[in-house]
Amino acid sequence: MKSKTDIEKRVFLSGNEAIALGAYESGVRVASAYPGTPSTEIIENISKYKGVYAEWSPNEKVAVEVALGASFAGVRAMASMKHVGLNIAADPLFTAAYTGVRGGLVIVTADDPEMHSSQNEQDNRNYAFAAKVPMLEPSDPAEAKEFVKIAFRISEDFDTPVLLRTTTRVSHVKGIVLPGKRESSKVKAGIEKIPEKFVMLPANARKRRRELGIRMERLRSFADTFPENRIEQGDKKRGFITSGVSYLYVKEVFPQASVLKLGMVYPLPEKLIKDFADAVEEVYVVEELDPFIELRVKAFGIKCKGKELIPSSGELNSNILRKAIEGGEGSRFEPVEIPQRPPNLCPGCPHRGVFYAISRLGAFVAGDIGCYTLAALKPLSAMDSCVCMGAGIGNALGMEKALGKEALGKTIAVIGDSTFIHSGITGLIDIVYNRGFTTVVILDNRTTAMTGHQPHPATGTTITGDYSAVIDIEALCRAVGVKHVHTVDPNDIEATYKLLKTEIGRPEPSVVITRHPCVLLPEMRKRKEKPLYLIIPERCTGCRSCLKLGCPAIEWVPLSEQEAKKLGFKEKQKGYARINAVLCDGCGQCVSVCKFNSIVLSGEERGKR
Amino acid sequence: MESGNIIFCGVGGQGILLASEITSLALLKAGFDVKKSEVHGMAQRGGSVVAHLRYGEKVYSPLIEPGTADIELAFEMLESLRYIPYLGRESKVVVNTQRILPSSVATGTERYPEAIVEELRTRGLSVFPVDAFEMAKALGEIKAVNMVLVGALSIFLPIGEKAFVDVITERVPERFLMVNKAAFLEGREAIVRMRNS
Repeated sequence: MKSKTDIEKRVFLSGNEAIALGAYESGVRVASAYPGTPSTEIIENISKYKGVYAEWSPNEKVAVEVALGASFAGVRAMASMKHVGLNIAADPLFTAAYTGVRGGLVIVTADDPEMHSSQNEQDNRNYAFAAKVPMLEPSDPAEAKEFVKIAFRISEDFDTPVLLRTTTRVSHVKGIVLPGKRESSKVKAGIEKIPEKFVMLPANARKRRRELGIRMERLRSFADTFPENRIEQGDKKRGFITSGVSYLYVKEVFPQASVLKLGMVYPLPEKLIKDFADAVEEVYVVEELDPFIELRVKAFGIKCKGKELIPSSGELNSNILRKAIEGGEGSRFEPVEIPQRPPNLCPGCPHRGVFYAISRLGAFVAGDIGCYTLAALKPLSAMDSCVCMGAGIGNALGMEKALGKEALGKTIAVIGDSTFIHSGITGLIDIVYNRGFTTVVILDNRTTAMTGHQPHPATGTTITGDYSAVIDIEALCRAVGVKHVHTVDPNDIEATYKLLKTEIGRPEPSVVITRHPCVLLPEMRKRKEKPLYLIIPERCTGCRSCLKLGCPAIEWVPLSEQEAKKLGFKEKQKGYARINAVLCDGCGQCVSVCKFNSIVLSGEERGKR
Repeated sequence: MESGNIIFCGVGGQGILLASEITSLALLKAGFDVKKSEVHGMAQRGGSVVAHLRYGEKVYSPLIEPGTADIELAFEMLESLRYIPYLGRESKVVVNTQRILPSSVATGTERYPEAIVEELRTRGLSVFPVDAFEMAKALGEIKAVNMVLVGALSIFLPIGEKAFVDVITERVPERFLMVNKAAFLEGREAIVRMRNS
């Protein structure tokens, strides 16, 4: 049992909050990021500390470049992103490994095994190997905080960027953390010109490449004595080599076994691993996703079991591990077949109006990453591809180029405002430059909604809530050479449809900006008077048109023949629609969808027909 | 030292994360090691939401193993069935009798299952149905549903009322404090009444 004072000092933090605290305690002065689950809260929390400059960058590449620049200036800096964000930032990362650092530089990659909120589940440990930079991997929030501090020391001691990898079950797990003191870097802030280190002309880069080789050798021997690569001696029958959250599952299922816990997953401690393997009868490597550790352990000439037992996709948990190694099923109840409850666009979501209008065009919709990707689900079914940030525009142009004139009016690209700033602009330039005719729809809801409403360069505020310059998206599109740029309110479905119909048939580039704020933005939630809509039952014919919007506030009330008769409907009417007043947000999109004028503003039900 | 696994489940927007947070902090104050796992992002948009809470002398895995949850706190009836593989024969289920229709039910393509409480009871589970929505409504704040449920849950945990009330006082803004405390106490009483009858 802990003493009373210890208990009072303890705080309950998520892995991401702990990383932010670790950054603060490390004396970080500059932090940059682009939002992405499960990494978003790292910088949101860093931005609350005094003495740290924090920014939402337009994308992850810029975030890493900003952090690297801060390191060049001799201060400690951190960039954080989700796993796929590091793909975008890979360019500066690979060369930052050559330049090395002045102030410590830590790049956090938050991976998402199981794809809770991602389009793939790539294993970013591979980046450590590919870019030749060390990578630390914490198991829980308490370690996450400590590992950030260690990462900064390694960064400065070895003149290298350091990757810190979390997964969803580290980033979004809350646990007990003990706050510590803020330390500072020994590096002096200021301008220092060191061209042979910072100017990666081939002649300099070749020299730095040799340095990098020497550095990796030093890191390999460091790994053998690094205290966070530790052996927990248990019984000698089975020995588990593991890291990150997998370590916790091993401890849960095999509390008596010997464990080699790797705090640093690249480079690996060869001698330590060999010593560990020699001392146990059987070696198991337990890791999520790729056989990253396993392949290297095997390359050291050690016999071990790994992916032939442990799944190489999806998350692990103690149950999967138990079954994989011990076999058998625990006792448990079978799942019950019940209706699914997939995520859905919110009631009043402006995206619903756009996608309803788009679904009537019958075109191939090249989509993108955001809340609006949910429009791919029934009943809207209005998205036909979604690959990565910004991909929709290039995809649509590629389809157009493949099919020629035949594609006119048959393809369209849709992208959110934040995603457009992140990596849509270059795609739009391609359409103009290469004389395409693809129509790009920019879904401007004035925020980065999916990840929890972060501001971006077109919203006019920064991460700290300060006012900033606002990008004028219309002017930007015109400036890159698009002649036909129109803005429409997507809650007006008819106007949106007419505009899209005209633009999609135009043999020239065009942009349609559908602008309406996300209904979950604080200013939208605080609206004092929201109009409320209702369906006049006598007018409802049960045609189900309004249900095609997929609005959670519109419900279907089934009727038996008798009930229909009793309530004054036609005998054959199978039911009627009604609006759930608790859920209705008053967007009014459904009004234009009803051909029988049965949807009216509350209070006007006795009025015009 | 006692240990336990609690599954919180319901629908995005019901205040599940705050409820699990308050429970975690109360356990933390009582000296337990606590881990809580949740999922953010796309899953939250009106979809099914689940949080795992584990406490004890020392907690390793942040996830509850199927068959080992001691208590399920379900914020919505249908959701209490969805996570049934996490429960064992000795598990207790505290379930809010509120129904929130999934889109397939709202649009008439699927039916909302009947007699969910009985369905749970036929598996031998101890079920405690609580009409948290009506209780919160009667208190004049429908958002206090989560606090009614925390109150109901609190009866089954090895910590006293005071630890919870202290945490609620720390975490809930002043102007909502009275109603949240009242909701918590009503939730507790609802379970006490059920056990006495």
